[in-house]
Amino acid sequence: MTTTTVIVGASLAGINAARTLRLQGQLGPIVVVDADPERPYDRPPLSKQILTGEWEREKILLPAGKEDLNLDFRLGTRAKALDLSSRQIILEGPTGAVETSPFDSLVIASGASARRLPDTAGIAGVHVVRTLADSLALRAELDAGPSRVVVIGAGFIGAEVASSCRKRGLDVTLVEALPLPLERILGAEMGQVCAQVHIENGVDLRLGTSVLQIETSSVDGVERVRAVALSDGTVVEAEVVVVGIGVTVNTQWLEGSGIALDDGVVCDNTLLAAPGVVAAGDIARYPSERFGRTLRVEHWETAIAGGEAAARRLLAEASGETPAVFDPIPWFWSDQYDRKIQLAGRPMPTDECRIVHGTTAEFRFVALYGDGDRLTGVLGMNRPRHVVQLRALFDEGVTFSEACERAAAL
Amino acid sequence: MRIVVDFDLCESNAVCMGIAPEIFEVRDDDFLYVLDENPPESMRAKMEESVQRCPKQAISIAED
Repeated sequence: MTTTTVIVGASLAGINAARTLRLQGQLGPIVVVDADPERPYDRPPLSKQILTGEWEREKILLPAGKEDLNLDFRLGTRAKALDLSSRQIILEGPTGAVETSPFDSLVIASGASARRLPDTAGIAGVHVVRTLADSLALRAELDAGPSRVVVIGAGFIGAEVASSCRKRGLDVTLVEALPLPLERILGAEMGQVCAQVHIENGVDLRLGTSVLQIETSSVDGVERVRAVALSDGTVVEAEVVVVGIGVTVNTQWLEGSGIALDDGVVCDNTLLAAPGVVAAGDIARYPSERFGRTLRVEHWETAIAGGEAAARRLLAEASGETPAVFDPIPWFWSDQYDRKIQLAGRPMPTDECRIVHGTTAEFRFVALYGDGDRLTGVLGMNRPRHVVQLRALFDEGVTFSEACERAAAL
Repeated sequence: MRIVVDFDLCESNAVCMGIAPEIFEVRDDDFLYVLDENPPESMRAKMEESVQRCPKQAISIAED
């Protein structure tokens, strides 16, 4: 009997799950569903090379999406509901036609959507950056040379969008509700460094300030952004606004299905969510023994590793093999201006942060994070060699102080 | 098997170095150096992993 697998999500996690299933010998149909009508593409360039205009869409197509893997792609198709008992999924195609797709095994990789500001739907000039269509729409507006771009949220997407706009020579105001950018991820000390990077690159940075209202005017019958009113009482005129305030997981179609949801799909430590059902990518919440809590990781590399692991989990279930535990070291990079920020691990903002190489003044350094004697993070700014070398320390089980000594000796 | 790096694409994330430090080395100048362009066949799995995990799709394997 052949196995039919449905994969919801054709982005990095989904496509790598499909690829792994095929390469590991699954012969039966693999149906890959995604609400996005585009062929599978890579997202990191959406806030960088696509926005600056350096790259066109062909350049970001995912290699696995172009391989001959005999996949049944259903693009522009939305998963509407899951019926676990009858093992079928309800799909809505690009024309609105509803169909039922049966499966033996299911990979949930439907990812996440950009959060938007309330009451801004339909206002021209207000953008998010999550999909290729989002990025191209924003780029078209940047091509017109707006007098000022206001970026709301100084997280990684907001920071990269601000950087791309500055590269294009545009004036940028970056608004962050927290006292420092990235404080919840990197802590206050490193948040201060990231703030300084924006300032050095000519960004008008507004910290500890939130958006009260998007002010609009009517242009040729179209309601268009005119300015952003902030909680500090100032009003910033803007022709373009980009909102980068995080994501919400795409779990609507799973509500009431019996799949446990908790800001993501609740998996075990092998990414299994239910018999024959696995999850991967931004949507998967799994218990990490390494970090002593459940994690939902939105990183590029975790999406690849998760897609592969989820596929192997299904194959292990079918063959009766012992499944592997999924607990990689989270790692990501962010390119802002001429700086490359890389973080391995998952520190808490309250963890101790020690500079072990370089100085923050030159914006070229390595810092280690520790919680007591436990190493929790390796942060680098323009220090890729050190980050990758020190990342290996997580698996060597060294203490925080040992890690600092090893780092200094590199 | 020959390792080909597109240095116009490479931005030294050093992921490949994490996978195969005997082949890929990012030095203090932040540039990637390929230490052995013709790695032995026993390295194939690691080379393929390096191709897959490169955030810039800058690495490929040529058979010649």
